[in-house]
Amino acid sequence: MSDTVIEVNGLTKRYGATTAVDGISFTISRGEIFGLLGPNGAGKTTTILMLLGLSDVTAGTVRVLGHDPGREPLQVKSRVGYLPDSVGFYDNLTAFENLIYTARLIGIPAAERQERIEAALERVGLSSVADARVGTFSRGMRQRLGLAEILMKKAAIAILDEPTSGLDPQATAELLEIIRGLRRDGVAVLLSSHLLDRVQSICDRVALFDKGRIVLMGTVPQLARQVLGGGYHVEVEADGAGLADKLAQVPGVRSVERLGPSRFRLLSEDDVRPQAAAAVVNAGGALRRLSVEEPSLDAIYNRYFQNREVAHAA
Amino acid sequence: MNRSVTDVEHKPVASANRWFSRAQREGSPWRGLGVVFLKELADNLSSARMLVLEFLMLLFGAVVVYIAAEQLREGTAEDPFLFMRLFAPPREPLLTFVTVISILVPLMAIGLGFDAINGEHNRRTLSRILAQPIYRDALLLGKFLAALATLTISLVILWLLVIGFGLVRLGIPPNGEELARALVFLLVTVCYAGVWLALAMLFSVVFRAPATAALTTLGLWLFFALLWPALARPIAELIAPPDIRYLMLGLPTPDTLMWQIALARLSPGTLYSEAITAILNPETRALGPLFLDQLQGMVRGAPLPFWESVALAWPQTVALIAAAILLFVVGYILFQRQEVRA
Repeated sequence: MSDTVIEVNGLTKRYGATTAVDGISFTISRGEIFGLLGPNGAGKTTTILMLLGLSDVTAGTVRVLGHDPGREPLQVKSRVGYLPDSVGFYDNLTAFENLIYTARLIGIPAAERQERIEAALERVGLSSVADARVGTFSRGMRQRLGLAEILMKKAAIAILDEPTSGLDPQATAELLEIIRGLRRDGVAVLLSSHLLDRVQSICDRVALFDKGRIVLMGTVPQLARQVLGGGYHVEVEADGAGLADKLAQVPGVRSVERLGPSRFRLLSEDDVRPQAAAAVVNAGGALRRLSVEEPSLDAIYNRYFQNREVAHAA
Repeated sequence: MNRSVTDVEHKPVASANRWFSRAQREGSPWRGLGVVFLKELADNLSSARMLVLEFLMLLFGAVVVYIAAEQLREGTAEDPFLFMRLFAPPREPLLTFVTVISILVPLMAIGLGFDAINGEHNRRTLSRILAQPIYRDALLLGKFLAALATLTISLVILWLLVIGFGLVRLGIPPNGEELARALVFLLVTVCYAGVWLALAMLFSVVFRAPATAALTTLGLWLFFALLWPALARPIAELIAPPDIRYLMLGLPTPDTLMWQIALARLSPGTLYSEAITAILNPETRALGPLFLDQLQGMVRGAPLPFWESVALAWPQTVALIAAAILLFVVGYILFQRQEVRA
């Protein structure tokens, strides 16, 4: 059994003369959290709609769990959970009633419905408000209810469009924890977001969208190497002579920046703390402090768009 | 709606059948229809909007029927269709039961349908619901049927109340034929409601703002109810100018009259009132001009048998049903083509 759950090849969407999505290709495997990044209007939501069969494909192929969402929508929709941007529920119904409606539409047998809904609400922490009207819910609670719906569905794939937008830090952390729980269950998660540091903390791989194309794709360290030329910042505080040269010789270090008389900042491709420490000690220096800063998606994102503007200007 | 291929092939070719079945949608488009229907019905029956409309209908209906009953009590009981007079009094007072119904029923239908689809868009539930394994067919038809069922329930309640009131007040029970006519009246009213419901749902697909959909449908209803009957004649005279010979005699020109009647029948309200006239006034022999050959063998004032009245009202009823189906199909096509973004 193949591990690939989503396979997209040359996917294109045109609205008249405008091309919203221009020949993108990617694959997603079971149990992977895949992030879609990019500015507004880059084509992330349109791609998601095409994956679900909610929008027609102009060119290219999409295969979700082996099925074409345009031709076999029921097959796809019964195994994919979708949390749209600013999800809505029926405000006059309770949380439980909303989920019962969805459960009936999915076709969950009556005997299982109660139990699955209760388990799902328990997992997202909404059991206490199961019988409260959704009209009284805060935004964070609605997002969690949306996730509960996906859990209840026992979907193989979860597609989340800006799940953390508008949430306070606490609610965001809770939501991300639930998403990690999904990964532990072997669910593939496709996540689209603006909040880069949050995305970084949970995504296995990311794809950067720009004007309908995927311009960068891979794990964060890979992208860091590609855009920033390595992304790890290792800070070394050590006393000694000629340390700058010794540190520059450590394999994997791209550059050494002197921050002060005893402080150096290394830009490297990997976490080279052990090697840097060894270099300092071998040179006879006294190591005082060693820390590492992982490549930041924010920095990658900004550098990429900076480069693009420079290229345009040039 | 189901793109299945019926038995048109005389010689089924294996490969052609395979191609046809590949082009068909997988699964049933009616999957989830019952679920949507029940949920929408429950919502409709418990919504404040419906309660207000029902209350209005009961209030108006009760008052009008009470007045009609009082009038009848003063009159004679020789009339074989006394019960029918409760619905459509012969002396045509200002407000009859039928008038009240023909105003309130479109209002209720529009009130139920105007925010069917755009309401889901605005509440942001549409993309979530369509991400479940159902087709858009089931959603649209479920909402339509639920609204129609709600209307039918309200009309049946009113209908029963009127019949019960008549029984109590007039002291005589309706005979079998009167009951049958009253039942047909109910069915035709439901068909009439279906037309306005389909139109309101069509506009709810087209317009994103429910208020726009509601006002447009109401505007069209007012236009057809108030303006169109007056416009039918000038337009008919434009298409088929009256003949001077008939004008001299003071008679309407047949061609012009035919055009006038045909144009007037474009309004659902006209179709409804014609059908109702045939059903509730058993003496009605023809809807439209009475020709001499129809008068042959007629006994003046004698009522038509039940099935003859139904046959008289049948074309109008079929036209109402056809209009409802047509409007629904247009709304369906537009909804299928619409892109749903959260």
